[in-house]
Amino acid sequence: MNGFSFRRFAAVLRKEWIQVRRDPLTLRFIILLPLMQLFLFAYAINTNPKDLPTGVLSADHSNYERRVIAALQESGYYDTRAMKSEAEAERALAEGSVLFVVNIPPNFARSVDRGENPSILMDADASDPTAISYATAALSGLTNVLDRDLPPALKTATPNPAFNFEIHARYNPEQLTVLNTVPGLICVVLMFSTLFLTTLSITRERERGTMENLLAMPLRPMEVMLAKIVPYIVIGYIQVILIIATSALVFHLPIRGSLPLLLLALFFFIASNLVLGLTISTLAASQMQALQLAQFTLLPSFMLSGFMFPFAGMPFWAQWAGEIFPVTHMLRISRGVLLKGNNLAEILPQLWPIALFTLVVTMIGLWFYRETLD
Amino acid sequence: MNDFVIDVHDLRKSFGANIVVNRLNLQVESGEICGFLGANGSGKTTTIRMLCGLLSPDSGSGTCLGFDLMREPHRIRREVGYMTQRFSFYDDLTVAETLEFVASVYLLQDPRGTVAGIISRMELTPYADRLAGQLSGGWKQRLALAACVLHQPKLLLLDEPTAGVDAAARREFWDLIHDMASEGLTVLVSTHYMDEAERCKRIVYLSDGHIVTQGAPDDVRRAANLIVFEASGRGIDEAARALRRAPGVESAAVFGSTLRVAGTDREALSRTIAAHPQLAWQEVEPRLEDVFIHLLAERAA
Ligand SMILES: Nc1ncnc2c1ncn2[C@@H]1O[C@H](COP(=O)(O)OP(=O)(O)O)[C@@H](O)[C@H]1O
Ligand SMILES: [Mg+2]
Repeated sequence: MNGFSFRRFAAVLRKEWIQVRRDPLTLRFIILLPLMQLFLFAYAINTNPKDLPTGVLSADHSNYERRVIAALQESGYYDTRAMKSEAEAERALAEGSVLFVVNIPPNFARSVDRGENPSILMDADASDPTAISYATAALSGLTNVLDRDLPPALKTATPNPAFNFEIHARYNPEQLTVLNTVPGLICVVLMFSTLFLTTLSITRERERGTMENLLAMPLRPMEVMLAKIVPYIVIGYIQVILIIATSALVFHLPIRGSLPLLLLALFFFIASNLVLGLTISTLAASQMQALQLAQFTLLPSFMLSGFMFPFAGMPFWAQWAGEIFPVTHMLRISRGVLLKGNNLAEILPQLWPIALFTLVVTMIGLWFYRETLD
Repeated sequence: MNDFVIDVHDLRKSFGANIVVNRLNLQVESGEICGFLGANGSGKTTTIRMLCGLLSPDSGSGTCLGFDLMREPHRIRREVGYMTQRFSFYDDLTVAETLEFVASVYLLQDPRGTVAGIISRMELTPYADRLAGQLSGGWKQRLALAACVLHQPKLLLLDEPTAGVDAAARREFWDLIHDMASEGLTVLVSTHYMDEAERCKRIVYLSDGHIVTQGAPDDVRRAANLIVFEASGRGIDEAARALRRAPGVESAAVFGSTLRVAGTDREALSRTIAAHPQLAWQEVEPRLEDVFIHLLAERAA
């Protein structure tokens, strides 16, 4: 039965597309599920913690200094206490008895008055980025607290803030930025919503009895597999746009790098999930079993991806296992492009493992795709 | 080279410990309508699936449309038209979409034109844009038949195509099958209906995966050497009960207002019914059903 035929592939593709369009469940799945998960995760994880213990190490006691400390306190996020020495502050941060250390530099007040725009260094315990993300995000709103007290010459002169906060993320410098859960969240939500799109596709045909006809026709496994994936790539992209737009609007997702580059990388990620779902579908004996298998693969890839726990902190075997799953790599790409402005060359080391995974899983799926009813 | 369209020997298929088809030999000539009969679970569907390459036999040999059953199942699949027992097209596709899908998968030259042709030939025109899931049983079967003849196969394998279809639709369906056979198509069709069996050139009766009998319906009837007497009138129910265990009687059953008594021993049977002179007895032709029941009883003994 000769090789791959584009016409046969197109015929199955058209059939799949019609079915996707007519299935009201799919549509609900496409839009509601990812959004629901996005909000659920975002709020379950970003429990906006307040009154975080904060040490103050001041080298310049002044009105300005007191004003800034008061503002930190009033923001509700910081519970400040004075530190006697750098050593004490360091110890407190290491022990976790404070999450921040505010370093008021020497001559802070004079620098402000001269319009030198000095920086207050904030040492932050970034090992739990979700805990500190809201607090650090609030800092940008505090840089105008001195404006009323500035010398008249400075009041009107520059649009620059009188001073800056410089956040120094400690212990986990990779998780540098505020709200850095959102880039990861995009990947995790996308993984959940795309994997299930194809998980049932073959088992459904088997349980409805339509597989018998599909097998009776002169179709090649590759034609069927591809046609069952392509419509869902479109759907995957609809979800991507939905998720990114929502993240940008609601969660203030920063986009430092190239969005097209991210979308390109997401193509591989979506494909890897769809292929995995389809392969699960060919292996499973029933829809029930397919769903269980999907969950069985989702859980470890979710846990080991570095989304829940910082990757560097995981034991060796867990890191090794985590490297297999596409979501681990997509997480890094997503953070890299969105937060660090990575370019193609920089994400390539993460991209090929996803492509390799997709290829291997496709082979497994094709190998187990039975062309008879035995 | 012979001109059998189906020519298989000693086919065997089991699912686990359950032997479903056992040492099955079958030859079907070109242009024949061959009826496949047998109780539920007798192995009709399994045999048909093996013949169209969807199940691989455990052992056996043979050809279907000249292709080797064991080595070239994929070529057989492309050449036969197979209509599944359960409707197995998509409920959420319309009639026209379904047929266009099939036509494209078979790489037909002019899918649109071919589909339009088959729709009008099968008188499906009023339903062309109806979803398959919304069709009644009879029209669904017609759609399935249309789909399996689109690529003009030389052999049709129809698995209970008229199950659950009303009498008039069944008759029309069989008219279509006969039309196709007259154009040279070979048809193997499984059924439970005896009137349909009568319309076959040849019937094959299966039980527990074995062929119990085969041949032209008349030959099958004759070969059984079965004698059947009929009587009607009052008291047939009591008589049936009494006759069931009487000497020479293999079966005694009431159909509406007539009692049919069958057996192979003419003398014993005549003596037995003579003991019921209140009924007006009359010898009649055995029906296929009588023959099958007789053969099953004979096998069991
Ligand atoms: N895929 C299968 N797995 C296990 N048993 C099967 C399978 N298909 C059929 N059978 C069994 O084989 C027997 C014959 O079934 P089938 O060929 O469908 O008979 P028929 O079509 O004459 O009703 C039945 O007992 C059925 O339970
Ligand atoms: Mg059957």
